[in-house]
Amino acid sequence: MVALCLDKIPEMKLERPNMNYLHVNDVRPHGRGPYSLNIAAGECVSLSGPSGSGKSLLLRAIADLDPHDGDVFLDNLPRSTFTAPQWRKQVALLPVESQWWLDDVGGHFPDTDCPWLKPLGFTHKTMQWQVSRLSSGEKQRLALARALMNHPRVLLLDEPTASLDPQTIGIVEKLITDYRNETQAAVLWVSHDAQQAARVGNRQLKLTAHGFSDHIDDGADGAHPGSENIA
Amino acid sequence: MISLSALDLSLAALLVLALAALSWRMQLGLGAQLLIAAARTVVQLLLIGLVLKTLFEHIDLVWVGGISLIMLLAAGREVMARQQRRFTGWWGFGMGTGAMFVSSFAITILTLTTIIGTDPWYTPQYAVPLLGMMLGNTMSGIALALDRLTATAWQQRAVIEQRLMLGATRQEAIADIRRDAMRSGMMPIINSMAVAGLVSLPGMMTGQILAGTPPMEAVKYQILIMFLISAGTGFGVTAALWLASKRLFDERHRLRLDKLGTPKV
Repeated sequence: MVALCLDKIPEMKLERPNMNYLHVNDVRPHGRGPYSLNIAAGECVSLSGPSGSGKSLLLRAIADLDPHDGDVFLDNLPRSTFTAPQWRKQVALLPVESQWWLDDVGGHFPDTDCPWLKPLGFTHKTMQWQVSRLSSGEKQRLALARALMNHPRVLLLDEPTASLDPQTIGIVEKLITDYRNETQAAVLWVSHDAQQAARVGNRQLKLTAHGFSDHIDDGADGAHPGSENIA
Repeated sequence: MISLSALDLSLAALLVLALAALSWRMQLGLGAQLLIAAARTVVQLLLIGLVLKTLFEHIDLVWVGGISLIMLLAAGREVMARQQRRFTGWWGFGMGTGAMFVSSFAITILTLTTIIGTDPWYTPQYAVPLLGMMLGNTMSGIALALDRLTATAWQQRAVIEQRLMLGATRQEAIADIRRDAMRSGMMPIINSMAVAGLVSLPGMMTGQILAGTPPMEAVKYQILIMFLISAGTGFGVTAALWLASKRLFDERHRLRLDKLGTPKV
Protein backbone atom coordinates (compact mmCIF):
# COMPACT_ATOMS: atom_id res chain seq x y z
CA MET A 1 0.00 0.00 0.00
CA VAL A 2 2.90 2.30 0.70
CA ALA A 3 4.45 1.53 -2.65
CA LEU A 4 1.14 2.16 -4.36
CA CYS A 5 0.84 5.60 -2.90
CA LEU A 6 4.45 6.55 -3.52
CA ASP A 7 4.10 5.53 -7.13
CA LYS A 8 1.66 8.39 -7.54
CA ILE A 9 4.46 10.90 -7.23
CA PRO A 10 7.02 9.97 -9.89
CA GLU A 11 8.02 13.61 -10.41
CA MET A 12 9.81 13.36 -7.08
CA LYS A 13 12.46 11.18 -8.71
CA LEU A 14 15.39 13.36 -9.48
CA GLU A 15 16.80 13.30 -12.98
CA ARG A 16 20.16 14.81 -12.10
CA PRO A 17 21.30 13.10 -8.95
CA ASN A 18 23.95 15.71 -8.16
CA MET A 19 21.48 18.57 -7.96
CA ASN A 20 20.87 19.83 -4.45
CA TYR A 21 17.38 19.46 -3.28
CA LEU A 22 17.54 21.90 -0.40
CA HIS A 23 19.94 24.79 -0.25
CA VAL A 24 19.96 26.96 2.86
CA ASN A 25 21.84 30.19 2.27
CA ASP A 26 22.99 32.43 5.14
CA VAL A 27 19.84 31.93 7.16
CA ARG A 28 19.81 33.89 10.41
CA PRO A 29 16.99 32.77 12.70
CA HIS A 30 16.55 35.37 15.45
CA GLY A 31 19.99 36.86 14.77
CA ARG A 32 21.89 33.56 15.12
CA GLY A 33 24.05 32.03 12.47
CA PRO A 34 24.39 32.61 9.56
CA TYR A 35 23.75 29.01 8.63
CA SER A 36 24.37 27.62 5.17
CA LEU A 37 23.63 24.04 4.29
CA ASN A 38 23.04 21.83 1.28
CA ILE A 39 21.06 18.65 1.49
CA ALA A 40 21.09 16.51 -1.63
CA ALA A 41 18.10 14.65 -2.94
CA GLY A 42 17.62 11.49 -0.95
CA GLU A 43 20.12 12.54 1.66
CA CYS A 44 19.56 12.61 5.40
CA VAL A 45 21.53 15.06 7.51
CA SER A 46 21.31 14.57 11.24
CA LEU A 47 21.62 17.65 13.37
CA SER A 48 22.57 17.79 17.01
CA GLY A 49 23.50 20.49 19.44
CA PRO A 50 22.83 21.41 23.07
CA SER A 51 19.30 22.48 23.92
CA GLY A 52 18.89 26.18 23.35
CA SER A 53 21.37 26.18 20.49
CA GLY A 54 18.57 27.06 18.08
CA LYS A 55 17.89 23.80 16.26
CA SER A 56 14.14 24.30 16.34
CA LEU A 57 14.50 27.95 15.34
CA LEU A 58 16.56 26.90 12.33
CA LEU A 59 13.88 24.41 11.26
CA ARG A 60 11.19 27.06 11.74
CA ALA A 61 13.19 29.49 9.61
CA ILE A 62 13.60 26.94 6.81
CA ALA A 63 9.86 26.26 6.91
CA ASP A 64 9.31 30.05 6.72
CA LEU A 65 7.44 30.32 10.01
CA ASP A 66 9.49 33.21 11.40
CA PRO A 67 10.84 36.30 9.64
CA HIS A 68 14.59 35.99 9.12
CA ASP A 69 17.49 37.00 6.89
CA GLY A 70 18.84 34.66 4.26
CA ASP A 71 17.14 32.51 1.67
CA VAL A 72 16.29 28.89 1.05
CA PHE A 73 16.16 27.15 -2.33
CA LEU A 74 14.35 24.00 -3.34
CA ASP A 75 15.66 22.47 -6.55
CA ASN A 76 17.46 25.78 -7.22
CA LEU A 77 14.18 27.68 -7.05
CA PRO A 78 14.19 30.44 -4.43
CA ARG A 79 11.52 30.19 -1.77
CA SER A 80 9.90 33.41 -2.95
CA THR A 81 8.73 31.63 -6.11
CA PHE A 82 6.45 29.47 -3.95
CA THR A 83 3.48 30.74 -1.98
CA ALA A 84 4.04 30.13 1.72
CA PRO A 85 1.39 27.34 1.95
CA GLN A 86 2.88 25.63 -1.14
CA TRP A 87 6.33 25.85 0.39
CA ARG A 88 5.26 24.34 3.70
CA LYS A 89 3.48 21.48 1.97
CA GLN A 90 6.73 20.60 0.19
CA VAL A 91 9.06 21.44 3.06
CA ALA A 92 7.30 19.72 5.93
CA LEU A 93 8.22 20.61 9.49
CA LEU A 94 7.39 18.00 12.11
CA PRO A 95 7.55 19.82 15.46
CA VAL A 96 8.55 18.11 18.71
CA GLU A 97 5.05 18.49 20.06
CA SER A 98 2.24 18.00 17.58
CA GLN A 99 -1.02 19.92 17.89
CA TRP A 100 -4.53 18.59 17.38
CA TRP A 101 -7.53 20.88 17.24
CA LEU A 102 -10.47 18.57 16.50
CA ASP A 103 -12.00 15.81 18.60
CA ASP A 104 -11.31 12.90 16.26
CA VAL A 105 -8.07 11.90 14.57
CA GLY A 106 -9.53 11.62 11.07
CA GLY A 107 -10.55 15.29 10.82
CA HIS A 108 -6.88 16.28 10.86
CA PHE A 109 -6.12 14.29 7.72
CA PRO A 110 -6.97 15.65 4.27
CA ASP A 111 -7.98 12.12 3.29
CA THR A 112 -8.84 9.32 5.72
CA ASP A 113 -7.24 6.80 3.37
CA CYS A 114 -3.73 7.22 4.73
CA PRO A 115 -1.15 4.69 3.52
CA TRP A 116 1.19 5.32 6.45
CA LEU A 117 -1.19 4.21 9.20
CA LYS A 118 -0.48 0.52 8.81
CA PRO A 119 3.33 0.68 8.71
CA LEU A 120 3.18 2.83 11.85
CA GLY A 121 1.10 0.26 13.71
CA PHE A 122 -2.39 1.70 13.27
CA THR A 123 -5.48 0.57 11.39
CA HIS A 124 -8.08 2.49 9.41
CA LYS A 125 -10.20 2.51 12.59
CA THR A 126 -7.62 4.83 14.17
CA MET A 127 -9.23 7.63 12.19
CA GLN A 128 -12.25 7.43 14.52
CA TRP A 129 -10.16 7.58 17.70
CA GLN A 130 -10.53 10.50 20.07
CA VAL A 131 -7.49 12.76 20.16
CA SER A 132 -7.91 13.22 23.93
CA ARG A 133 -7.22 9.51 24.46
CA LEU A 134 -4.02 9.34 22.40
CA SER A 135 -0.74 8.71 24.18
CA SER A 136 2.16 11.03 23.41
CA GLY A 137 3.81 8.27 21.37
CA GLU A 138 0.66 7.72 19.32
CA LYS A 139 0.38 11.45 18.71
CA GLN A 140 3.95 11.60 17.50
CA ARG A 141 3.51 8.74 15.04
CA LEU A 142 0.16 10.06 13.79
CA ALA A 143 1.68 13.51 13.33
CA LEU A 144 4.29 11.95 11.07
CA ALA A 145 1.60 10.17 9.04
CA ARG A 146 -0.33 13.45 8.81
CA ALA A 147 2.73 15.38 7.59
CA LEU A 148 3.50 12.74 4.94
CA MET A 149 0.00 13.14 3.49
CA ASN A 150 1.26 16.27 1.70
CA HIS A 151 3.99 14.17 0.01
CA PRO A 152 6.70 16.59 1.09
CA ARG A 153 9.98 16.77 -0.84
CA VAL A 154 11.88 17.89 2.24
CA LEU A 155 11.35 16.65 5.79
CA LEU A 156 12.43 18.79 8.72
CA LEU A 157 12.15 16.45 11.68
CA ASP A 158 12.45 17.84 15.21
CA GLU A 159 13.19 14.87 17.45
CA PRO A 160 10.60 12.68 15.72
CA THR A 161 11.11 9.74 18.07
CA ALA A 162 11.39 11.64 21.37
CA SER A 163 8.35 9.99 22.99
CA LEU A 164 8.65 6.52 21.48
CA ASP A 165 9.81 3.19 22.92
CA PRO A 166 12.86 1.46 21.33
CA GLN A 167 10.76 -0.89 19.18
CA THR A 168 8.61 1.91 17.74
CA ILE A 169 11.70 4.05 17.19
CA GLY A 170 12.93 1.34 14.82
CA ILE A 171 9.61 1.35 12.94
CA VAL A 172 9.60 5.14 12.55
CA GLU A 173 13.25 5.25 11.46
CA LYS A 174 12.57 2.61 8.84
CA LEU A 175 9.47 4.38 7.54
CA ILE A 176 11.30 7.68 7.15
CA THR A 177 14.27 5.99 5.46
CA ASP A 178 11.93 4.13 3.10
CA TYR A 179 10.08 7.33 2.27
CA ARG A 180 13.39 9.11 1.63
CA ASN A 181 14.63 6.35 -0.65
CA GLU A 182 11.37 6.06 -2.54
CA THR A 183 10.79 9.76 -3.10
CA GLN A 184 14.37 11.06 -2.98
CA ALA A 185 13.24 13.51 -0.32
CA ALA A 186 15.89 15.49 1.53
CA VAL A 187 15.75 15.03 5.30
CA LEU A 188 17.08 17.20 8.12
CA TRP A 189 16.76 15.18 11.32
CA VAL A 190 17.28 16.74 14.74
CA SER A 191 18.27 14.13 17.29
CA HIS A 192 19.68 14.20 20.78
CA ASP A 193 20.67 10.56 20.56
CA ALA A 194 24.20 10.22 19.12
CA GLN A 195 23.58 6.61 18.12
CA GLN A 196 20.42 7.51 16.26
CA ALA A 197 22.14 10.44 14.57
CA ALA A 198 24.83 8.08 13.29
CA ARG A 199 22.24 5.45 12.32
CA VAL A 200 19.89 7.62 10.25
CA GLY A 201 22.15 10.36 8.92
CA ASN A 202 24.35 10.21 5.85
CA ARG A 203 26.12 13.12 7.44
CA GLN A 204 26.11 14.52 10.95
CA LEU A 205 26.28 18.16 11.83
CA LYS A 206 26.44 19.96 15.10
CA LEU A 207 24.81 23.34 15.53
CA THR A 208 26.74 26.11 17.24
CA ALA A 209 25.76 29.74 17.77
CA HIS A 210 27.68 30.78 14.66
CA GLY A 211 27.27 27.96 12.21
CA PHE A 212 27.67 24.23 11.80
CA SER A 213 30.59 22.15 12.84
CA ASP A 214 31.26 18.73 11.38
CA HIS A 215 30.29 16.39 14.09
CA ILE A 216 31.45 12.82 13.94
CA ASP A 217 32.92 11.91 10.58
CA ASP A 218 31.82 8.49 9.47
CA GLY A 219 34.54 8.41 6.81
CA ALA A 220 32.05 8.45 3.94
CA ASP A 221 31.51 12.18 4.07
CA GLY A 222 33.53 12.96 0.96
CA ALA A 223 31.12 10.93 -1.14
CA HIS A 224 28.31 13.38 -0.54
CA PRO A 225 27.77 16.34 -2.80
CA GLY A 226 26.56 18.68 -0.06
CA SER A 227 29.05 20.91 1.70
CA GLU A 228 28.80 23.30 4.59
CA ASN A 229 30.57 26.48 5.37
CA ILE A 230 31.82 26.71 8.89
CA ALA A 231 31.56 30.28 10.01
CA MET B 1 -45.58 64.57 29.02
CA ILE B 2 -44.70 65.00 32.72
CA SER B 3 -41.61 67.16 33.13
CA LEU B 4 -39.06 66.17 35.78
CA SER B 5 -37.98 68.78 38.32
CA ALA B 6 -34.58 69.09 40.01
CA LEU B 7 -36.24 67.79 43.18
CA ASP B 8 -37.38 64.60 41.38
CA LEU B 9 -33.83 63.92 40.25
CA SER B 10 -32.44 64.63 43.73
CA LEU B 11 -34.73 61.96 45.16
CA ALA B 12 -33.32 59.44 42.68
CA ALA B 13 -29.79 60.64 43.54
CA LEU B 14 -30.52 59.89 47.22
CA LEU B 15 -30.97 56.23 46.27
CA VAL B 16 -27.49 56.16 44.72
CA LEU B 17 -26.06 57.89 47.81
CA ALA B 18 -27.76 55.32 50.04
CA LEU B 19 -26.18 52.53 48.01
CA ALA B 20 -22.75 54.19 48.32
CA ALA B 21 -23.22 54.45 52.07
CA LEU B 22 -24.14 50.78 52.24
CA SER B 23 -21.04 49.89 50.21
CA TRP B 24 -18.92 51.94 52.60
CA ARG B 25 -20.46 50.22 55.67
CA MET B 26 -19.95 46.76 54.18
CA GLN B 27 -16.47 47.69 52.93
CA LEU B 28 -17.28 46.62 49.37
CA GLY B 29 -14.95 49.27 47.96
CA LEU B 30 -17.50 50.26 45.33
CA GLY B 31 -18.61 53.57 46.87
CA ALA B 32 -16.08 55.88 45.25
CA GLN B 33 -16.42 54.25 41.83
CA LEU B 34 -20.20 54.43 42.03
CA LEU B 35 -20.24 58.11 43.01
CA ILE B 36 -17.72 59.08 40.33
CA ALA B 37 -19.72 57.23 37.67
CA ALA B 38 -22.94 58.85 38.86
CA ALA B 39 -21.33 62.29 38.79
CA ARG B 40 -20.00 61.63 35.28
CA THR B 41 -23.50 60.65 34.16
CA VAL B 42 -24.92 63.94 35.42
CA VAL B 43 -22.18 66.13 33.95
CA GLN B 44 -21.87 64.32 30.58
CA LEU B 45 -25.61 64.12 30.02
CA LEU B 46 -26.23 67.75 31.00
CA LEU B 47 -23.47 68.80 28.62
CA ILE B 48 -24.82 66.72 25.76
CA GLY B 49 -28.28 68.10 26.57
CA LEU B 50 -26.92 71.60 26.06
CA VAL B 51 -25.06 70.57 22.91
CA LEU B 52 -28.15 68.91 21.45
CA LYS B 53 -30.29 71.92 22.32
CA THR B 54 -27.95 74.20 20.38
CA LEU B 55 -27.55 71.66 17.60
CA PHE B 56 -31.31 71.29 17.11
CA GLU B 57 -31.65 75.05 16.84
CA HIS B 58 -28.92 75.38 14.21
CA ILE B 59 -29.32 72.66 11.60
CA ASP B 60 -25.91 72.61 9.95
CA LEU B 61 -24.07 69.71 8.35
CA VAL B 62 -20.70 70.91 9.69
CA TRP B 63 -21.93 70.81 13.29
CA VAL B 64 -23.56 67.42 12.87
CA GLY B 65 -20.40 66.12 11.21
CA GLY B 66 -18.26 67.52 14.00
CA ILE B 67 -20.22 65.89 16.78
CA SER B 68 -20.35 62.62 14.81
CA LEU B 69 -16.58 62.67 14.59
CA ILE B 70 -16.22 63.20 18.33
CA MET B 71 -18.62 60.31 18.99
CA LEU B 72 -16.67 58.05 16.62
CA LEU B 73 -13.31 58.86 18.20
CA ALA B 74 -14.69 58.28 21.69
CA ALA B 75 -16.12 54.91 20.62
CA GLY B 76 -12.80 53.99 18.96
CA ARG B 77 -10.91 54.80 22.13
CA GLU B 78 -13.34 52.67 24.12
CA VAL B 79 -12.89 49.67 21.78
CA MET B 80 -9.12 49.97 22.18
CA ALA B 81 -9.35 50.29 25.97
CA ARG B 82 -11.33 47.06 26.20
CA GLN B 83 -8.66 44.98 24.44
CA GLN B 84 -6.54 42.76 26.64
CA ARG B 85 -3.91 42.37 23.91
CA ARG B 86 -4.21 45.18 21.43
CA PHE B 87 -2.39 45.71 18.17
CA THR B 88 0.63 47.95 18.51
CA GLY B 89 0.85 51.33 16.84
CA TRP B 90 -2.01 52.99 15.00
CA TRP B 91 -3.63 49.69 14.19
CA GLY B 92 -4.81 49.31 17.79
CA PHE B 93 -7.00 52.38 17.41
CA GLY B 94 -7.54 52.46 13.66
CA MET B 95 -8.85 48.94 13.19
CA GLY B 96 -11.93 49.17 15.44
CA THR B 97 -12.53 52.81 14.58
CA GLY B 98 -12.34 52.19 10.85
CA ALA B 99 -14.74 49.26 11.03
CA MET B 100 -17.19 51.27 13.13
CA PHE B 101 -16.95 54.24 10.80
CA VAL B 102 -17.76 52.19 7.73
CA SER B 103 -20.67 50.23 9.17
CA SER B 104 -22.28 52.80 11.51
CA PHE B 105 -22.03 55.79 9.23
CA ALA B 106 -23.11 53.91 6.13
CA ILE B 107 -26.17 52.44 7.82
CA THR B 108 -27.13 55.67 9.58
CA ILE B 109 -26.92 57.71 6.39
CA LEU B 110 -28.81 55.05 4.44
CA THR B 111 -31.55 55.02 7.08
CA LEU B 112 -31.83 58.80 7.23
CA THR B 113 -32.01 59.23 3.47
CA THR B 114 -34.16 56.31 2.37
CA ILE B 115 -36.06 54.86 5.36
CA ILE B 116 -36.92 57.77 7.64
CA GLY B 117 -36.49 60.38 4.92
CA THR B 118 -35.89 63.45 7.07
CA ASP B 119 -35.40 66.82 5.40
CA PRO B 120 -32.56 67.65 5.31
CA TRP B 121 -31.20 64.15 5.81
CA TYR B 122 -28.81 65.28 8.55
CA THR B 123 -31.57 66.75 10.74
CA PRO B 124 -29.76 66.44 14.10
CA GLN B 125 -32.84 65.38 16.07
CA TYR B 126 -32.78 62.11 14.10
CA ALA B 127 -29.18 61.84 12.97
CA VAL B 128 -27.40 62.22 16.30
CA PRO B 129 -29.41 59.75 18.44
CA LEU B 130 -29.52 57.23 15.62
CA LEU B 131 -25.77 57.37 15.08
CA GLY B 132 -25.22 57.19 18.82
CA MET B 133 -27.25 54.03 19.09
CA MET B 134 -25.46 52.47 16.12
CA LEU B 135 -22.02 53.37 17.45
CA GLY B 136 -22.77 52.24 20.99
CA ASN B 137 -23.86 48.78 19.92
CA THR B 138 -21.32 48.30 17.15
CA MET B 139 -18.66 49.34 19.63
CA SER B 140 -19.61 46.61 22.10
CA GLY B 141 -19.73 43.98 19.37
CA ILE B 142 -16.38 44.92 17.86
CA ALA B 143 -14.69 45.20 21.26
CA LEU B 144 -15.91 41.75 22.28
CA ALA B 145 -15.01 40.14 18.96
CA LEU B 146 -11.52 41.65 18.67
CA ASP B 147 -10.69 40.79 22.25
CA ARG B 148 -11.82 37.22 21.69
CA LEU B 149 -9.84 36.93 18.45
CA THR B 150 -6.54 38.19 19.81
CA ALA B 151 -6.83 36.35 23.15
CA THR B 152 -7.65 33.03 21.45
CA ALA B 153 -4.97 33.46 18.81
CA TRP B 154 -2.48 34.02 21.60
CA GLN B 155 -3.58 30.94 23.53
CA GLN B 156 -3.80 28.75 20.44
CA ARG B 157 -0.66 29.94 18.70
CA ALA B 158 0.73 26.39 18.60
CA VAL B 159 -2.41 25.09 16.88
CA ILE B 160 -2.42 27.92 14.35
CA GLU B 161 1.22 27.31 13.52
CA GLN B 162 0.67 23.56 13.28
CA ARG B 163 -1.99 24.20 10.66
CA LEU B 164 0.35 26.54 8.80
CA MET B 165 3.06 23.83 8.88
CA LEU B 166 0.63 21.47 7.21
CA GLY B 167 0.17 23.96 4.40
CA ALA B 168 -2.93 25.86 5.52
CA THR B 169 -3.33 29.44 4.35
CA ARG B 170 -3.62 32.13 6.99
CA GLN B 171 -7.38 32.31 6.42
CA GLU B 172 -7.73 28.55 6.91
CA ALA B 173 -5.49 28.56 9.97
CA ILE B 174 -7.55 31.20 11.80
CA ALA B 175 -11.02 30.32 10.43
CA ASP B 176 -12.30 28.53 13.56
CA ILE B 177 -11.05 31.24 15.87
CA ARG B 178 -12.54 33.95 13.71
CA ARG B 179 -15.89 32.16 13.68
CA ASP B 180 -15.84 32.00 17.49
CA ALA B 181 -14.96 35.68 17.72
CA MET B 182 -17.79 36.55 15.33
CA ARG B 183 -20.23 34.62 17.49
CA SER B 184 -19.19 36.38 20.67
CA GLY B 185 -19.45 39.78 19.00
CA MET B 186 -22.95 39.07 17.70
CA MET B 187 -24.39 37.29 20.73
CA PRO B 188 -25.52 40.41 22.67
CA ILE B 189 -27.63 41.79 19.83
CA ILE B 190 -29.02 38.38 18.89
CA ASN B 191 -29.98 37.77 22.50
CA SER B 192 -31.60 41.15 22.91
CA MET B 193 -33.61 40.68 19.69
CA ALA B 194 -34.71 37.26 20.93
CA VAL B 195 -36.01 38.52 24.29
CA ALA B 196 -37.20 41.98 23.15
CA GLY B 197 -40.61 42.67 24.65
CA LEU B 198 -40.67 39.40 26.58
CA VAL B 199 -38.12 40.02 29.30
CA SER B 200 -37.51 43.73 28.95
CA LEU B 201 -38.77 46.68 27.03
CA PRO B 202 -35.83 48.10 25.11
CA GLY B 203 -34.51 51.40 26.46
CA MET B 204 -35.37 53.56 23.49
CA MET B 205 -38.94 52.31 23.34
CA THR B 206 -39.34 52.78 27.09
CA GLY B 207 -38.10 56.35 26.73
CA GLN B 208 -40.51 57.11 23.91
CA ILE B 209 -43.47 55.63 25.78
CA LEU B 210 -42.62 57.58 28.95
CA ALA B 211 -42.42 60.69 26.78
CA GLY B 212 -45.96 60.05 25.56
CA THR B 213 -45.50 58.45 22.14
CA PRO B 214 -48.29 55.98 21.24
CA PRO B 215 -46.98 52.41 21.93
CA MET B 216 -47.33 51.20 18.34
CA GLU B 217 -45.25 54.09 17.02
CA ALA B 218 -42.59 53.38 19.63
CA VAL B 219 -42.67 49.68 18.71
CA LYS B 220 -42.16 50.40 15.01
CA TYR B 221 -39.15 52.59 15.75
CA GLN B 222 -37.78 49.96 18.08
CA ILE B 223 -38.04 47.25 15.41
CA LEU B 224 -36.28 49.53 12.95
CA ILE B 225 -33.51 50.24 15.46
CA MET B 226 -33.04 46.55 16.31
CA PHE B 227 -32.63 45.63 12.65
CA LEU B 228 -30.25 48.48 12.02
CA ILE B 229 -28.19 47.63 15.08
CA SER B 230 -27.89 43.97 14.18
CA ALA B 231 -26.89 44.80 10.61
CA GLY B 232 -24.47 47.49 11.75
CA THR B 233 -22.91 45.27 14.38
CA GLY B 234 -22.68 42.34 11.97
CA PHE B 235 -20.98 44.30 9.20
CA GLY B 236 -18.77 46.17 11.65
CA VAL B 237 -17.64 43.01 13.42
CA THR B 238 -17.02 41.29 10.08
CA ALA B 239 -14.88 44.17 8.85
CA ALA B 240 -12.92 44.44 12.11
CA LEU B 241 -12.26 40.69 12.23
CA TRP B 242 -11.23 40.64 8.60
CA LEU B 243 -8.70 43.39 9.19
CA ALA B 244 -7.48 41.96 12.49
CA SER B 245 -7.10 38.37 11.34
CA LYS B 246 -5.19 39.57 8.31
CA ARG B 247 -3.00 41.74 10.50
CA LEU B 248 -2.14 38.77 12.75
CA PHE B 249 -0.18 37.29 9.84
CA ASP B 250 2.24 38.67 7.31
CA GLU B 251 2.35 38.24 3.55
CA ARG B 252 4.25 34.92 3.93
CA HIS B 253 1.39 33.53 6.04
CA ARG B 254 3.44 33.62 9.23
CA LEU B 255 1.67 34.12 12.57
CA ARG B 256 2.99 37.45 13.84
CA LEU B 257 1.92 37.78 17.46
CA ASP B 258 4.69 40.35 17.86
CA LYS B 259 2.20 42.78 16.37
CA LEU B 260 0.19 42.50 19.57
CA GLY B 261 1.22 44.42 22.66
CA THR B 262 1.69 42.98 26.12
CA PRO B 263 -1.54 42.51 28.05
CA LYS B 264 -2.83 45.05 30.51
CA VAL B 265 -2.69 43.89 34.11
